[in-house]
Amino acid sequence: MVKVFEKRESTLGAADLAGPDPVSLSLRVNGQTFSFVAEPRRTLLDALRYDLGLTGAKKGCDEGTCGACTVLLNGKPVYSCLLLAVECQGHEIETIEGLAKGGKLHPVQEAFVEHDALQCGFCTPGQILSIKALLDENPEPTEEDIKRAVSGNLCRCGAYPHIVEAARAAAKKLPR
Amino acid sequence: MKRFRHADAPDLETAIVLLREEGAEAIAGGTDLLTEMKAGIRAPELLVNLKSLEFKGIRDEGDALAIGALTTLSELEAHPLVKERFPMLAQAASLAATPQLRNVGTVGGNLLQRVRCWYYRHPHVKCWLKGGEECYAEEGLNHRHAIFGTSPCIAVHPSDLAPALIALDAEVRVVGPEVDGWLPLEEIYCLPDENHRERTVLGRGDLLTEVRVPYRGNSRGVFLKAMERAAWSFALVSVAARLDFDGNRVREVRIVLGGVAGKPWRVRDAETLLQGQAPTEELVAKAAEAAVAGARPREHNAYKIPLARSLVRRALLELFELRSRRD
Ligand SMILES: Cc1cc2nc3c(=O)[nH]c(=O)nc-3n(C[C@H](O)[C@H](O)[C@H](O)COP(=O)(O)OP(=O)(O)OC[C@H]3O[C@@H](n4cnc5c(N)ncnc54)[C@H](O)[C@@H]3O)c2cc1C
Ligand code: SF4
Ligand code: FES
Ligand code: FES
Repeated sequence: MVKVFEKRESTLGAADLAGPDPVSLSLRVNGQTFSFVAEPRRTLLDALRYDLGLTGAKKGCDEGTCGACTVLLNGKPVYSCLLLAVECQGHEIETIEGLAKGGKLHPVQEAFVEHDALQCGFCTPGQILSIKALLDENPEPTEEDIKRAVSGNLCRCGAYPHIVEAARAAAKKLPR
Repeated sequence: MKRFRHADAPDLETAIVLLREEGAEAIAGGTDLLTEMKAGIRAPELLVNLKSLEFKGIRDEGDALAIGALTTLSELEAHPLVKERFPMLAQAASLAATPQLRNVGTVGGNLLQRVRCWYYRHPHVKCWLKGGEECYAEEGLNHRHAIFGTSPCIAVHPSDLAPALIALDAEVRVVGPEVDGWLPLEEIYCLPDENHRERTVLGRGDLLTEVRVPYRGNSRGVFLKAMERAAWSFALVSVAARLDFDGNRVREVRIVLGGVAGKPWRVRDAETLLQGQAPTEELVAKAAEAAVAGARPREHNAYKIPLARSLVRRALLELFELRSRRD
């Protein structure tokens, strides 16, 4: 086996090596294309916040243990602190900034306001995106489904009961 | 995080050639690797992105389910065939980490993830596993550490999928210069020793491409996991148990514990005890006792022994459809 692989050393060039110096990157965020220059070690979270100026996704722990950096990648909630921006090219990213349309809040956002589902607000963009992803997939979630959907989003203010209420209210509001 | 070069693997062979380079590491979902890189525990010079390869998705092969190594834990947890044929595997996947991590983390990465020992994860502690002289957990804070196995490193294997897949007799396909071919998942794991400070037998450039789970007629399985809180926690102890019946006697049985040893820990003594027997509560109690018979607790982790014993007992009672007087 080793021999076969050694023979192929010459084909190394087949792979596109990027970095370690900054490279041109392009991300699709909230339906728009953003081009910028960053090192391959740039996380999606840092790219959103520092290169794109989208500071809705928050940096809490930077290691997958808080959920404040949650964004949607192809419609699914992910921690943007544990993704490399270079690997998110060609995928659809959605952040909290993309939810309100024409100055009107998204029903999940409205429900958060109406149900007082936040205190400091640091976890809120992540909570809202986790719930939006849930409702997009399952418009009639049970309480258990809702709790599971936000089980990867910590709220240090303990707004959990209101977050669940807001999610239920939003489910009722959303057009079926 | 240190600077690195990055390449999307164009195909398996090129990926392996790249990974043979000094300082190269494979990245799948990156949910484990990036946390190590951020902590400065690992500093690869070249990251080879496996996500551009084809080993994704779940296929019915007639006599087995084939799971690509790049399948995410979310896909595994939600797949109709996994839920129908191997509910214990769906259960194990659904109890791991959080929705966000499961949407990104892959089956291969989960099976090959590094230990969570707090000394290991600390940026400035050079313990034995990181090439240092000493295991600080042995005499230190060893609440989460091993009660089974002999190794200079007493950190436990953190994966929830591994015990479930071993109980299901899963095989894995490894492609690479050092290990190549199909082998039982159980056999890729080892306890680290002086000559090999690693938890798997895989060498540099060896890639896991597929997991194959054989269909077993009337087999039934259970996965139970004890955690500090009901989500987002690694197992304190987990048990994966599977039974196959012949009439009312046990034809085949697997009991694999997680969170108790440096690798997924199969308790063969307990299995032997059950083999060919008709289920009774007494038998279950004996098997649960046998499962922890060889345990050697450290200063802070003796609680794992009754925990493991109870989990085995509960799993077996559930599989035998017996109700316990004490539950
Ligand atoms: C906060 C947190 C909580 C967690 N809780 C749990 C839990 O409760 N239960 C649980 O089981 N797990 C848990 N995990 C671990 C998580 O499931 C793993 O991080 C994830 O499955 C790893 O997959 P990945 O694709 O992201 O791996 P990566 O980070 O990409 O890779 C992990 C390692 O495997 C290697 N690798 C990856 N794929 C391959 C391959 N195909 N061939 C060869 N080498 C490969 C990489 O080089 C790397 O060394 C948790 C993680 C975090 C951060
Ligand atoms: S248990 Fe292993 S990882 Fe933890 S300090 Fe000891 S040698 Fe290091
Ligand atoms: S900042 Fe990403 S999970 Fe905390
Ligand atoms: S509102 Fe403060 S962390 Fe949730």
